[in-house]
Amino acid sequence: MKVTVDQNKCVASGQCVLSAPDVFDQREEDGIVVLLTEHPPEQLADDVRQAAVLCPAQVIWVEEQEQEE
Amino acid sequence: MKRIVVVGASAAGLTAAETLRRRGWGGHLTLIGEESPPPYDRPPLSKQILTGAWEPEQTTLRSPQDLAGLEADLRLGERATALDTEGRQVRLDNRETIGFDGLVIATGVTPRRLPDSDLAGVHVLRTLDDALGLRAALLTGPRVVVVGAGFLGTEVAAAARTMNLEVTLVEPEPVPVRRPFGDRIGTLVADLHRDHGTHLRCGVPVTRLRGADGRVTGVELGDGTTLPADVVVLALGSTPATGWLTGSGLRLGDGVVCDASCQAAPGIYAAGDIASWYNPHFGTRMRLEHRMNATEQALAAAGNLLGDTEPFAPVPYFWTDQYDTRIQAYGIFPPDADMRILHGNPADGRFAAAYGHHGKVVGVLGWNTPRQVRTLRRLVAEHASWTAITDTPAPRPATVNN
Repeated sequence: MKVTVDQNKCVASGQCVLSAPDVFDQREEDGIVVLLTEHPPEQLADDVRQAAVLCPAQVIWVEEQEQEE
Repeated sequence: MKRIVVVGASAAGLTAAETLRRRGWGGHLTLIGEESPPPYDRPPLSKQILTGAWEPEQTTLRSPQDLAGLEADLRLGERATALDTEGRQVRLDNRETIGFDGLVIATGVTPRRLPDSDLAGVHVLRTLDDALGLRAALLTGPRVVVVGAGFLGTEVAAAARTMNLEVTLVEPEPVPVRRPFGDRIGTLVADLHRDHGTHLRCGVPVTRLRGADGRVTGVELGDGTTLPADVVVLALGSTPATGWLTGSGLRLGDGVVCDASCQAAPGIYAAGDIASWYNPHFGTRMRLEHRMNATEQALAAAGNLLGDTEPFAPVPYFWTDQYDTRIQAYGIFPPDADMRILHGNPADGRFAAAYGHHGKVVGVLGWNTPRQVRTLRRLVAEHASWTAITDTPAPRPATVNN
């Protein structure tokens, strides 16, 4: 999967960090989202999808990619 | 279950519909929304939309492709007018009826008004249309009076003041946001507004609106004074939009009365601002008008409609942005809770605090400390002992006001 975030619309809730702490972090000064990896491993995929659903500003997008044949 | 109807197409209704599909339910789905625009987000309305920082389209929650991907019968601009619980159907304002096997109620809340609210220049703020109307009025350079200093009122006052307008915030309680956060935080919020040049009139009720020739001219207060105004914003709180459910047989109290699983009646669930439910985490009934709850409760309600039997036991999360300050909170904040600063110092404009009630931590609040408050959330989630908190020496002076 490929993950993108919009820092401009982020409201610094940190819900994504609660859902997937290995994929998301927050800037120290203002709590805005920091994406740690654009391509998280498969075992974190459900956590990342949950983060995208829960984000109260709806600024996380998950692009599901076809598995290699 | 072949047919599910979701009434309400804002954050909760949309999330419920999406959850049903994401969980693989392939039946006939109808999503009914009273407003014509596609589902949009409300928190920016009192912030970026009023100040003009965002265009209206930036509040849109889903692209047309995403909405089409729901494969739902999307009824925007149509209003549900009645529910026949026994006959399993919803009636619309065009007199059409739609049958269902499962129903999710997410019709939200309606702003409270005052007598004479129909005077020109008097505004409420709930919908995108409301926000755009208020924005247009603010652009004419009016004297603004905001009635009610809860989250909405304080955010609207801050937005109007940011536009360099003359703004007065009126509140019957002695300080702003007192009901959610108590006197000490309320005093800090009052200082924040004064520091930015917003006038505060706290501790005095509004008696009535004054008008001339159909247009508002001022707000009369309980002490006999009148605040002249060209624009008056009523931020008096909201009432659950349950009118269409009268006579349905559903229990209506403060909203749609649900059990711990968000069920109002067999096969009928409620989510978001309208739902009153028993939260087992705190052992109390609650109804929340928070953005985060709309999503979380819709997830729970839709899941339970599909056969989960999960009680909905969240630690509520909510926030408010005013000027350059962001206040974030987890949990509940009973009026008789104790409060203690755990990090930082109010004098520095950054701190985090915990709230204790009946020996447990029930809430944590961050003032410009997003990371810290997120970390402190676990105190609420784990029902941490209040004694353990208060026995730990605070890193800095521990009280807010003295």
